[in-house]
Amino acid sequence: MTDPDGTPGASRPHDDDLPGGTPAGVAPYVEEEPTVPLAAGRVLPVFPDPDGPTVNLTGRALAAPDGPMADEGRTAPPAGRVLAGPDESAAGHGRTAPPAGHALAGADGSAAGDERTVSLTGRGPADDPVVAERDGAGAAEGLTAAGADRVPAGGPEGAGGKGSASAVPPGDLDLGESVAEPRTGEPGETSDTSPDPSISGAAEGDLDRPRIRRPAPAGTLIWVLLALLGFTLVVQLRSNDADDGLAATRQEDLVRILSDLESEDSRLLAQIAGLEQSKQQLNSEVGGREAAVAEAQRRSQDLGLLAGTVAGRGPGLDITLSDVRASDVLNTVQELRGAGGEVMQLNGANGTSVRLVASSFFVDASGGGIIADGEELVGPFHLLVIGPASTMSTALQIPGGVVASAKSDGGSVTMDSRSLVEVTAVRKAAALRYARPVS
Amino acid sequence: MIAVLALLVGVLLGILFEPSVPPELVPYLPIAVVAALDAVFGGVRAKLDGIFDDKQFVVSFISNVLVSGLIVYVGDQLGVGGQLSTGVVVVLGVRIFGNVAAIRRHLFRA
Repeated sequence: MTDPDGTPGASRPHDDDLPGGTPAGVAPYVEEEPTVPLAAGRVLPVFPDPDGPTVNLTGRALAAPDGPMADEGRTAPPAGRVLAGPDESAAGHGRTAPPAGHALAGADGSAAGDERTVSLTGRGPADDPVVAERDGAGAAEGLTAAGADRVPAGGPEGAGGKGSASAVPPGDLDLGESVAEPRTGEPGETSDTSPDPSISGAAEGDLDRPRIRRPAPAGTLIWVLLALLGFTLVVQLRSNDADDGLAATRQEDLVRILSDLESEDSRLLAQIAGLEQSKQQLNSEVGGREAAVAEAQRRSQDLGLLAGTVAGRGPGLDITLSDVRASDVLNTVQELRGAGGEVMQLNGANGTSVRLVASSFFVDASGGGIIADGEELVGPFHLLVIGPASTMSTALQIPGGVVASAKSDGGSVTMDSRSLVEVTAVRKAAALRYARPVS
Repeated sequence: MIAVLALLVGVLLGILFEPSVPPELVPYLPIAVVAALDAVFGGVRAKLDGIFDDKQFVVSFISNVLVSGLIVYVGDQLGVGGQLSTGVVVVLGVRIFGNVAAIRRHLFRA
């Protein structure tokens, strides 16, 4: 009828605290003995003693109002230590006072009506079932002693107010406090080793019944939290390894990165535009410079032709002057210039060639030749001229012109039209000492 | 010892399942881990000091994680999430260093 584990929340007998006890010893008695449900919800086996009815008092047994108990547990144990219900019922039944004079009054109001004398035998006879069951002699003694200390024998107010528990071992437990506030665990205690606070309290020390072992919630939570920590740690590490750096970036950072990239992009685009513009400018500069150089070269060639520093070729006339004087040569040259001759060269029979330019002069030489620009030439002379051939020959042959005057002086002027006249003689460019260009 | 075992179990679970972090939790997870590490080191120190208390450890663990996450969240809302994350990590790092120093004194007397 009694389940050793029938206590609510009890999971296994707490056999650690039994000093050489027989925790299983409860069960055989429980089978036959009437039990008293305790106020604390625990089941108390009751052992009616055929010789002397005794009531096993354990822990909170006094709180239990129990019918059959009322009639049975009356007598004091042989050890003579009795926890006596202080109320009138105990008195009315006339049950014993403890011989040893120690009594605990442990009944509350409900139990008062059928309060019985219960005995807790510390060192009772060996055949006493109570003693056998309560093998914790020391605890029993301590219990009664504590009860004696705290409650005067038969004192109604002492135990009556306590309600559920009536006896505690001395020095270890406090009666009221143990019931009222179970310890909530000690610092430094880990959950797996600490007993449940509710049963680590007063009742446990003197109870040899199965103890409740509830898992400590805080300890379990610590396990869970630590496991969660390890789990999260690994997850975070793995995800940190896996992502490429942007996936885990918060949104504002992404926006900042994006704006940075955009600004850099625009800056680079502006840079590209500027560089292209300067490239075009340089290209145009190069082209302009090349054009200028080409133009300058072209002008330089033209001017070189005029100044006599550059050899030239072109259509023109090859004029032969025989037995002429310097004045005739000068007239011929001036007539050719007037007719459009551009480049002229005067070759002497002695192989000397003179390039004729604007500053050329002719002087009659003593030996029948002429001196042109300081060079002495011997006739007959060949005058090579580049220019419009027909115009120049017509200009030379006009009546009273060069040809006519040369003939009148005894000389002769003949001319050949050439499609290509090569003027090879050149002059050294004269360095101007005084004149400077205006611009 | 059991705590270390629980930690290892968590690590093994993480390796086994290879879960991916939800995107909305990505900013908070590292901070939470650091905060939890702070609580764990504090617990070890308290254990060595002999003043370890289950309830206190659990409460401090959870509150550390929650408060750090809250700070980062508020920072995100205010636009200074990165800076606040750095600040939280710095503070927790200082605490961890202090606790580790106390643990070291306990273990090595130096």
